Amino acid sequence: MNFLAEAMRLVAATLREIFDESAYARFLKRSHMTSSPAAYAAFWRERESSRAPRIKCC
Amino acid sequence: MLDGMQKTFSMLVWVAVAVFGAVATAVIAIHREEPINALWLIVAATCCYALGYRFYSKFIAAKILAVDAMRATPAERLENGRDFLVTNKWVVFGHHFAAIAGPGPLVGPVLAAQFGYLPGTLWVLAGAVFAGCVQDFVILLFSVRRDGKSLTEMAKEETGSVGGTVAYGAVIAILIILLAVIALVVVNALKDSPWGTFTIAMTIPIALLMGVYLRRIRPGKVLEVSVLGFVLVLLAIWGGQWVSQDATIAPLFTWRASTLAISIIVYAFAASVVPVWLLLAPRDYLSTFVKLGTIGLLGIGMVALHPTLHMPALTRFVDGTGPVFAGKIFPFAFITIACGAISGFHSLISSGTTPKLIARETETPMVGYGAMMAESAVAVMAIIAACVLQPGVYFAINSPAGIVGQTAAAATQTISSWGFPVTAADMQSLAHAVGEQTLFNRTGGAPAFAVGMAHIFSQSLGGSTVMALWYHFAVMFEALFILTILDAGTRVARFMIQDALGHIYKPLGRTSWYPSILFTSALVVAAWGFFLWQGVKDPLGGINSLWPLFGIANQLLAIVALCVATTIIIKMHRTRYAAVTLVPLVWLVAVTFTASWHKIFDPNPRVGFLAQASALAAGSATNATARLIFNNRLDAAVTSMLVVMVTLVLVESARQWIGVLRGVRDAQVKETPFVMTRLAEERS
Repeated sequence: MNFLAEAMRLVAATLREIFDESAYARFLKRSHMTSSPAAYAAFWRERESSRAPRIKCC
Repeated sequence: MLDGMQKTFSMLVWVAVAVFGAVATAVIAIHREEPINALWLIVAATCCYALGYRFYSKFIAAKILAVDAMRATPAERLENGRDFLVTNKWVVFGHHFAAIAGPGPLVGPVLAAQFGYLPGTLWVLAGAVFAGCVQDFVILLFSVRRDGKSLTEMAKEETGSVGGTVAYGAVIAILIILLAVIALVVVNALKDSPWGTFTIAMTIPIALLMGVYLRRIRPGKVLEVSVLGFVLVLLAIWGGQWVSQDATIAPLFTWRASTLAISIIVYAFAASVVPVWLLLAPRDYLSTFVKLGTIGLLGIGMVALHPTLHMPALTRFVDGTGPVFAGKIFPFAFITIACGAISGFHSLISSGTTPKLIARETETPMVGYGAMMAESAVAVMAIIAACVLQPGVYFAINSPAGIVGQTAAAATQTISSWGFPVTAADMQSLAHAVGEQTLFNRTGGAPAFAVGMAHIFSQSLGGSTVMALWYHFAVMFEALFILTILDAGTRVARFMIQDALGHIYKPLGRTSWYPSILFTSALVVAAWGFFLWQGVKDPLGGINSLWPLFGIANQLLAIVALCVATTIIIKMHRTRYAAVTLVPLVWLVAVTFTASWHKIFDPNPRVGFLAQASALAAGSATNATARLIFNNRLDAAVTSMLVVMVTLVLVESARQWIGVLRGVRDAQVKETPFVMTRLAEERS
């Protein structure tokens, strides 16, 4: 049961990372903001200012 | 005593895995007469991957790279909560796999199935274990040891400035060709298909809705909105059948290839210049959601249903006369299947986001080597999906009209004369079953994969009544993430060109300056749009010339990555083990340079660009002929340019190796100095 719960937790964490939910949570923590349309807009502004290309393969 | 027993048991298990793998591979290789069950491929693949991961990756980690659990990674040393972040290894694995797995491992193996199931399967297994996984793993570790530097930066530092510049140019060239060829795959899958076109068109308003929902209603709830988007996409697939049957609405979504090409070009330009959050990001989330789910479903389905393969092990087209693309097994099977065996593009991801998330060096084999194995497994699934079809049906779908004839009767007669019986009635009935008007001349691999997938799943889940839904689900799944790569790839290429142009005129380098955004987006879209248009207008279907061009470009990038890796290994004084990257490098040089030679100079007009240009010039001159001649000469020039660029990297690398081995060059690697990990202290 513990193994299953751990596996589910890992899958959820992976999905949250892939889908940028964790990145948004980290942004909120780092910038001392609570989730709101303005905070989400700021999160995307920061992401768009990053020059590192997030390439996806063919 | 207990330790000894455990060792013996472990040894027995691995001997059993080796025996199972050898038997399954032998059955695949030797079997000729009766159709073979897909389970043999699955067992062979599973055993090869298990052995490769357990022994080969461990050997590389221990003997060559000296992977060090005590060395702090950039994720730990430079942690900023943004790019650099200590992350759970399974999370990094999922993240890395989601980034490397695209349409390549699905399309390439389907196209290469024209040789039979054997060449593709053997190349996917051997290529992944000995080349692709190795490349991804070593580049990932070398990037981790250099603060997450990119391949182009490592090439510049370790092999010289030519290496860095060439790698940069090669990446842009590959991106342009890649975007053109995958756009062509979508065009060929959606042309004259109101159901498919409607479904894909609906993903645009769905993505916009998701974007607004994320921004205004539930900020940051991506998983929640992805589920909502997925439900809406399923409804769009369901609704597509009514659209395709409605005499008034169906013509609105029945588009010719040229109309689809123009629409895709306009869409990609728009997606590149509008804010990311509005269209690009939600589509990316949606396509990733569908991709991961479908790959998981496919994996379970293949094992549970283990269908029978009808394609022979080897077909008559090993002689190079294949209708899907012209050229012999060597070298063309090895450039047709890149993703799934070895893909140079992966080295960009292994030296991109992933190295900045790795918590410990000891996790790099699992992420680098392991994720590539998972992608290779996807390629095996694609081979199975293509080969479950009757060969006649496979060739009817994948052969261009210019080869088999313009009418259904002519096509079936030509294909049957090759020894692969198929009738016009069979094809009509299959087209009807999947909700299409016709399945002839649907080159590009995606429709054949979709028919194969629908064929497998409809046998047990819902029967033939839902075959059309499965088919359109598969088409949507492929088209959706191809379009996502199109808009994301256009944006990445735009950034790279802005970077380069910024050295000439500073404002052009500013990613927020709108004139620069519009100019560089137009430049990128025009470049790949040109090749797409060329493919759409090609009487041989476009895939025949563009897919090999893409394969050559992608494998040439792998050569650059392996040159960098070999140089570093030699500088690390591990020359006795340099064969680990040198052998795949030599193999890829042989494959890509031979393929390039054939594509440029082969006297057969179906293979050689220049021969085709000459053949066209000798025929009747029209406006279209002049354009085709120009296109073929341009393709020859692009191929030559790529080969010259990579030759420069090879020469520069070889000079480094010889210099280091003779002791006349500095053997200093440009690694970040060793710092003891704090994670180890915390643990102890």
